[in-house]
Amino acid sequence: MTTVASTGGPATTPDRPSPSPTNFVGRSRPGEFAIRLFLRIAAAITVITTVGILIALAIPSIGFFAEVPVFEFLFGTRWAPRFADASFGVVPLITATAWTTFLALIVAVPLGLGAAIFLAEYARPRARSLLKPILEILAGVPTVVYGYFALQFVQSTVFREWLQLPTGAFSVLAAGVVMGVMIVPTIASISEDAMSAVPQAMRQGSAALGANRMQTTLRVVFPAALSGIVAAIVLGISRAVGETMIVAIAAGNQARIVTNPLEQGQTMTGFIANAALGDSRVGSLEYDTLFAVGLLLFLITLLINFISIRIVRRFREIY
Amino acid sequence: MTDTTEDAKTPTMHLQARVADSYLPDEPRGILQVENVDVYYGSFRAVSDVNLKFGLNEITALIGPSGCGKSTLLRSLNRMNDLVDGARVEGKVLFQGEDMYGPKVDPIEVRRRIGMVFQKPNPFPKSIYDNIAYGPRVTGMRVDSMDDLVEEALTKAALWGEVKDKLKQSAYGLSGGQQQRLCIARTIAVKPDVILMDEPCSALDPIATTRIEDLMHDLRQDYTIVIVTHNMQQAARVADRTAFFTALADEGTGDRTGVLVEFGKTTQIFEHPVDQRTEDYISGRFG
Amino acid sequence: MRTIGSTIAGTIRPERPITSGTNGERRPLSLLFLMLLWLSLLIAFGVLVTLIITIIIDGQGQFSWRLFTEYPASSPDRAGARPAILGSAWVIGTTAVMTIPLGVAAALHLEEFADKRNWFNRMIELNVQNLAAVPSIVYGLLALAFLSMLGVRDKNIVIAGALALSLLILPVIIIATREALRAVPQEIRQGSLALGATQWQTTWRQTLPSAVPGIATGAILALSRALGEAAPLLVLGALVFVSFDPNGLLSSYTTLPIQIFNWTGRPQEGFHQLAAAASVLLLGLLVLMNGLAIYIRNRFQKRW
Repeated sequence: MTTVASTGGPATTPDRPSPSPTNFVGRSRPGEFAIRLFLRIAAAITVITTVGILIALAIPSIGFFAEVPVFEFLFGTRWAPRFADASFGVVPLITATAWTTFLALIVAVPLGLGAAIFLAEYARPRARSLLKPILEILAGVPTVVYGYFALQFVQSTVFREWLQLPTGAFSVLAAGVVMGVMIVPTIASISEDAMSAVPQAMRQGSAALGANRMQTTLRVVFPAALSGIVAAIVLGISRAVGETMIVAIAAGNQARIVTNPLEQGQTMTGFIANAALGDSRVGSLEYDTLFAVGLLLFLITLLINFISIRIVRRFREIY
Repeated sequence: MTDTTEDAKTPTMHLQARVADSYLPDEPRGILQVENVDVYYGSFRAVSDVNLKFGLNEITALIGPSGCGKSTLLRSLNRMNDLVDGARVEGKVLFQGEDMYGPKVDPIEVRRRIGMVFQKPNPFPKSIYDNIAYGPRVTGMRVDSMDDLVEEALTKAALWGEVKDKLKQSAYGLSGGQQQRLCIARTIAVKPDVILMDEPCSALDPIATTRIEDLMHDLRQDYTIVIVTHNMQQAARVADRTAFFTALADEGTGDRTGVLVEFGKTTQIFEHPVDQRTEDYISGRFG
Repeated sequence: MRTIGSTIAGTIRPERPITSGTNGERRPLSLLFLMLLWLSLLIAFGVLVTLIITIIIDGQGQFSWRLFTEYPASSPDRAGARPAILGSAWVIGTTAVMTIPLGVAAALHLEEFADKRNWFNRMIELNVQNLAAVPSIVYGLLALAFLSMLGVRDKNIVIAGALALSLLILPVIIIATREALRAVPQEIRQGSLALGATQWQTTWRQTLPSAVPGIATGAILALSRALGEAAPLLVLGALVFVSFDPNGLLSSYTTLPIQIFNWTGRPQEGFHQLAAAASVLLLGLLVLMNGLAIYIRNRFQKRW
C-alpha cells in the first residue's frame, strides 16, 4: 500500500519504507470471470425459457394446423377432438373462458378496488396491519381448494340447495364467482400500491380547498393512480384467463357454447387439464391439439399483457 | 434574500409592499382571532397559549426560528391539523366571531373559506383549467361560466397572460413559480375570505419569489393574508403586522414548545422591538 | 363583519354557513361511499372465513392419522394421503434445489453486474416480467414438450414435475431477489469497492449476505406457491393412481393438490370429505411456510 506524502515536510521520513513503485496494471482474475459468466448464463435462461415456450407450443401446433385448417379452429363452433367424428372448433372453449373471466371481473373489480381504496385512504395504521394480512391469506389459498369450495359449497349448497337455482352439478357461474374472489388480492394490492404512491401533498391541496375525503379520493387520488389501477385490473384479467383448477373442478367438462352462466362449460385451460389426463401418444393429433389450444391461450395472455403495457404508458404520458 | 433581487425585479416599480403605517389602524380589525390557543400532537404541546388578531385586508406574518410552531399554528387556522392523527387544538379560533372548533362547525366549509397555499407547490395532475375548476366543482359552487371564473382566478394570480393559450395542458409543464401562482389561483377560485401561506416562496428562486410578493400586495385588497416565513426580510417587505415566535425548551423532555413573543405593526417590530428576544432575532444574534 | 370579496357578474356562490351543523365528511353520499368500502372488505373477508369453515366442517370426519399414513384406495374409509404428502415434499425439495440458485444467480447478474442500459439486459428484464404472467399450465406444456423431445416416455416423474414448477417460480424468485438486493444501500457496495475489492467479492461478501433475509422470504413464498400448484403437473400426467412412496427423482409421484383434485372429482361423499381434510392439511402447511417467511423477514431483515 502506498502512503501519500503530506504537503510540506520531507518527502520520506527515515523510519518509513519508501513507497513501492505504482503499478496500476490489473491482475487478471479468471475466477471472477467464470463466476460472472455463470451469472450471465443464469439470466439468459429466462430468455431460453420464453423461446422454449414458443418453440414447444409452435412445433406441435404446426402439426395440428397441417390437419385442421386455422379457420375451422378459430371459428368452428363444435369442439369434439376425441370423437370419432372429430371437430376442432375452439369457439365453445372461448365462450366458457370469456364467461368465467367476465364473471370473475364483476366480482373482483368492485371488491378489489373497494378494499384498495379503504386501505389506502381511510384505514388507520392499526386497521391496515390487520387487513393486509387477510388479503395475503386470500392470495395464498391454493386454487384447488378454491375449486373444491366452488363445487361443494357455492354450486352445491348455495346455488342448488339454498337458492334453488336451475343449475346442474357444475356451472360457469360458480367457477367465475370464486375465481373473482381469488383475484381480489391481486387487484387490491397493486391498486393500493398505486394509490399510496400518490403524494400526500396532493391530498392536502385538495383538502385545503374544501373537498371532503370522498371527493379527494375519487377526484384526485384515483385519477392520479389510474395507470397503476388499470395495470392491476389487466393483470387480474390475465390471471382469470389462465386459471385452471377452479374451472377444471367446478365449471364442467362439456365443451359447449355457453349462453347462460348457470350452465356448465369447458374453458381452454379446462380442456388442456382434462385432455392431459388421458393417454395421448406423442405426435398424434390428440397430442397436438393440446398444444394448439395452449398456443392460443399463450397468445391471448401475451396480447392482454401487451395491451396493459400500452395503456399504462398512455396514461403516464398524459400527466 | 440579498439585495440583488432588487435589481432583478420585473419592470414593476419597487413596491412598497406594505401599506404606509399611517393607514394602518393601531389595533387590527380582526376577522380571524386566536384566543389562548394550545396545539398538541398527542401529549406533546407544539404551541402554547397564543393570542393573536389577524386584521381584515392586512398581511400578517408569523416569523421566528424553525421549530417554534408557526406552521402548526397556521394549520390550526383552517383545521388542516384535523387531518393529523393525534392533533388537538385547545382554546378558541374565532372566524367572524364564531369559534371554528365549535361543535356545529363543518370543517370542510372552514377550509373553503380559509384557503391555504403550501410550501412546495402541489398542483394536481390535471390540466391548468381543471386545477382551477376543481375547487368550485367539489364545493358545489353554482357557476354561470366556469371559463370566466378560471380566467378571473388566473388573472388575479398574475398568471393569466402566461397560460391563457395552454389551459388544457398539464399543470406540470409550468415552472415552479408558475405552479405556485397556479396554487394561489386555485385557492382564489373558491372565493375564500382568508388565504394562509406556509412559506410559499421557500421552494422558489428569487425572481419567482419577487413576483409572489408583488402578488400578495395586490391580493390584500380582496383577502386577508397570513404568511409564515422564516425569512425576516420577506416579512419586512410584505407584512403589515408581524408576530414573532420562539421556542421554549422543556427542561425534562427537551421538547420545544412554540410561544408568541411579540406582535405588532411590522415597523414597530423591526425598529422598536419591545422584547429582548425579538431584538436578538431581528439583529441576527440567533435563529 | 364581511370581507369585501370581488364578485363576477352572474356567479352565485351558495353561502353555506360555517356553523351549518352538518359535517362535510358526513354528507349522505360520503357515508354511502364509506359503507360500500366496508362492504367490499366484509364480503372478501366473509368468503375467506366461509371457505375455511367449509373445509373444516366437511373434512372433520377424516382428520385422523390415516390421512398421513395410508395410501389412496378405492374406498374412502381406507384411503389416506401419504404418498401425496411425501410426493409434495420430494417435488418441492427438488424444485428448491433447482430454482433457487438459478434465480439468485440470474438476479445477481441483472442487478449487480449487468449494464442496465444494454438492450439485451433490458429485454431480459421485460422478459422476466412477461414470464411471471404466463398461465401456470403453459409451463406444464413446456415441460411436456421438452421431455417428449428428450424421448422420455413416462413423464410422471419427480424431476419432470420439479422442472415445470422450477420454471414457473423462477421469475418470482428473480424479482424477489432483485428487490432484496436493491434494498441494500449503495454506500455498502461503494465502501467495499473503495477498499480495492472486486465486484464479485463485494457482492459475495457484502451485498448478498445483507440481502439473504429478503431472498429467503421471497424464496419461501415462491415455494409455497409451488406447493399449491396442480395444473402444470396435471399436464405431465400426474393424475395416476399412486400407491407407493416416491423413492427417487425418477419415481412416480403425486402431490397434495393433485390428490385433492382427484378426490374432489370422485362421486362418493367420503372422498369429498377426504378432499376437504387434505385441503385443511395443505392450508396448514402453507400457513406454516408463510409464517416462517414472515418470521425470517421480521427477525433478520436489516433496517437501513
